[in-house]
Amino acid sequence: MTLTLTNARIIDPEAGTVTLGAVRIEDGLIAEILPASTDGIDCKGKYLAPGIIDIGVKIGEPGERHKESFRTAGLAAAAGGVTTMVTRPDTTPAIDTPEILDFFRRRAADASPVNVLPMAALTKGRNGVEMAEIGFLQDAGAVAFTDADRPVTNPKILQRILTYASATNALVIAHVQEPMLSKGACVTSGPFATKQGLPAVSPMAERIQLERDMALVEMTGAKYHADQITTALALPVLERAKAMGLNVTAGVSIHHLTLNEFDVEDYRTFFKVKPPLRSEDDRLAVVQAVADGLIDIISSMHTPQDEESKRLPYEEAASGAVGLQTMLPALMQLVHGGHMDLPTLFRAISLNPAKLLDLKAGRMAVGAPADLIVFDADAPFVMDRFKLLSKSKNTPFDGRRMQGKVLKTFVAGKQVF
Amino acid sequence: MFTQRHLLGIESLTPEGITEILDLADHYVKHNLKQNKHLDVLAGLTQINMFFENSTRTQASFEIAGKRLGADVMNMSMQASSIKKGETLIDTALTLNAMHPDLLVVRHPHSGAVKLLAEKVNCAVLNAGDGRHEHPTQALLDALTIRRSKGRLHRLTIAICGDIAHSRVARSNIFLLGKMENRIRLIGPKTLMPAGIEKLGVEVTDDMVEGLKDVDVVMMLRLQKERMDGGFIPSEREYYHRWGLDPAKLANAKPDAIVMHPGPMNRGVEIDGTLADDINRSVIQEQVEMGVAVRMAVMDLLVRNLRKSKAGDLDA
Repeated sequence: MTLTLTNARIIDPEAGTVTLGAVRIEDGLIAEILPASTDGIDCKGKYLAPGIIDIGVKIGEPGERHKESFRTAGLAAAAGGVTTMVTRPDTTPAIDTPEILDFFRRRAADASPVNVLPMAALTKGRNGVEMAEIGFLQDAGAVAFTDADRPVTNPKILQRILTYASATNALVIAHVQEPMLSKGACVTSGPFATKQGLPAVSPMAERIQLERDMALVEMTGAKYHADQITTALALPVLERAKAMGLNVTAGVSIHHLTLNEFDVEDYRTFFKVKPPLRSEDDRLAVVQAVADGLIDIISSMHTPQDEESKRLPYEEAASGAVGLQTMLPALMQLVHGGHMDLPTLFRAISLNPAKLLDLKAGRMAVGAPADLIVFDADAPFVMDRFKLLSKSKNTPFDGRRMQGKVLKTFVAGKQVF
Repeated sequence: MFTQRHLLGIESLTPEGITEILDLADHYVKHNLKQNKHLDVLAGLTQINMFFENSTRTQASFEIAGKRLGADVMNMSMQASSIKKGETLIDTALTLNAMHPDLLVVRHPHSGAVKLLAEKVNCAVLNAGDGRHEHPTQALLDALTIRRSKGRLHRLTIAICGDIAHSRVARSNIFLLGKMENRIRLIGPKTLMPAGIEKLGVEVTDDMVEGLKDVDVVMMLRLQKERMDGGFIPSEREYYHRWGLDPAKLANAKPDAIVMHPGPMNRGVEIDGTLADDINRSVIQEQVEMGVAVRMAVMDLLVRNLRKSKAGDLDA
């Protein structure tokens, strides 16, 4: 099967270029990249880029299908330009055995139009005490190991897990918020938290946890990814670890790149995320860190929550926001604002996630899977949360004027949107 | 002008609105000295006091205020009721709303909860304290007490001492006294001083002697032991030694400085018992008296606004 996309501005994150041309797809792979083509689908000068690989997507299966199913998440992903969802194991029950993982993968294959790569829990029941069966889970298809938003509190246990994981070359993804300091907190400490009278955590909680984890990575040589670095205070720690040659990468969510603590205003629970939104100085620092390549990866941290879990007093409300469909327009704000160019952005949402997980996708290269998106970077619209395809509609961008629209999504050469 | 539909906090009030409330409260202070205290301002209206957090004093004050104005007052202790059966705050609000109350007085342990509830009901909502956020009628009654005692409510130096971090009273007072152009000093241990509080336009110190120097008003706060998850102060006796108000520390204030406390007091922890009872310095009993009058004034004004908005003259 052959398909050609022509007259497109092709984004190549590896080369850092945008060039007008055509891409020929054959048997689900990129077969040829040409300066022009007389036949094929005319992209009318819009952008053509590798599809987004989103690490850290929460799907409500098993346990919370009323919040999100594989089908609804898959539809939202396709419409949002996400061609691979790397899913979180913080389900009910947690994905901590090969048997549950097997169920998960079969459901995913049946119901999702985009690729699903599952992560598994680092410890049984995500309890931070007993190591999960890392080897078996790798055999069953787990691409990374994480307890999602629960850090392993005991350093001795984490040291052993990292040692074991380094032997099987397993990727460990950690949430870098010191749990005792963060307990009960729902905003970042500072004048805003004080004025609103909400329990708060210092941004230092992120640095403390990252410092600890870097020391353990240095001890064990494990392959480690920090899920979200959101504060200026933590950046020098990351920089130092990378300079030492540790096998370390870091991510950040779309919300921490585009919103700050003041957006919470009068207790708007759709803005409650984990870790909490930070100061504007922090936001600008992490945006710069992405542009500089210090922070490697941007994720949507898609976390569906139903209305009931959000319509509560701020302290009691659930954390998280949906992001599969809002990711691209949210990030276009950074491009249009002059913080980074498109190849740099796609390095963080396609190329680097692919490298981290040893995937062939995420590149504009002959032989790579034809997981591609066509999008209009400028198309303006007003976000209406009820138009989102996710089962849950909890986005903080509701009502916001945005730019950037996905026009077509291809997975292995097949159009899914 | 006080034109709001609800009283959720001091932050959204104007100085003129505050003055209007206090002027009307002054009138009710005089009225409350009469033998026959009954009025018909709220006759036929239903007031529901919903307390999701225990409070004998505030609830009694709101109940008396409502009854004196002629409202039908009902008290609901929400701790004992459906909240334990898993009903959400919004469902509770909708249920009550269906009973057509005119005034809802709400206290809740979580910041912002009263605002959330106010969005879902048709009546006027009065915040009787939400988490660590605001307690507007307390700040208003404190302001009335100060104004009556000092003859003015501007260009005073006012110290607020003690557990600022857990105190909604402190926040509402900072907003109110700031709006009325007073100089505010916060005094307390650093562990009980919330981050960034100085951005609210106050001076901050942990030294009582320095902080109390030449102040006109000393406002003590209750040490909120029930909100602490341990480790804010080493012991009550050390706290009393360093931050408890006694005659020696008070000697740094102006000779005519008044002493206030929102109650209930921990005698021997934040304030010396004899000093609290000294009628020459302490206005603590007067604060309780002003509480009823201020709450009458606020309810009176809220009902006026409610009637205006129902008559189509929307201003909220």
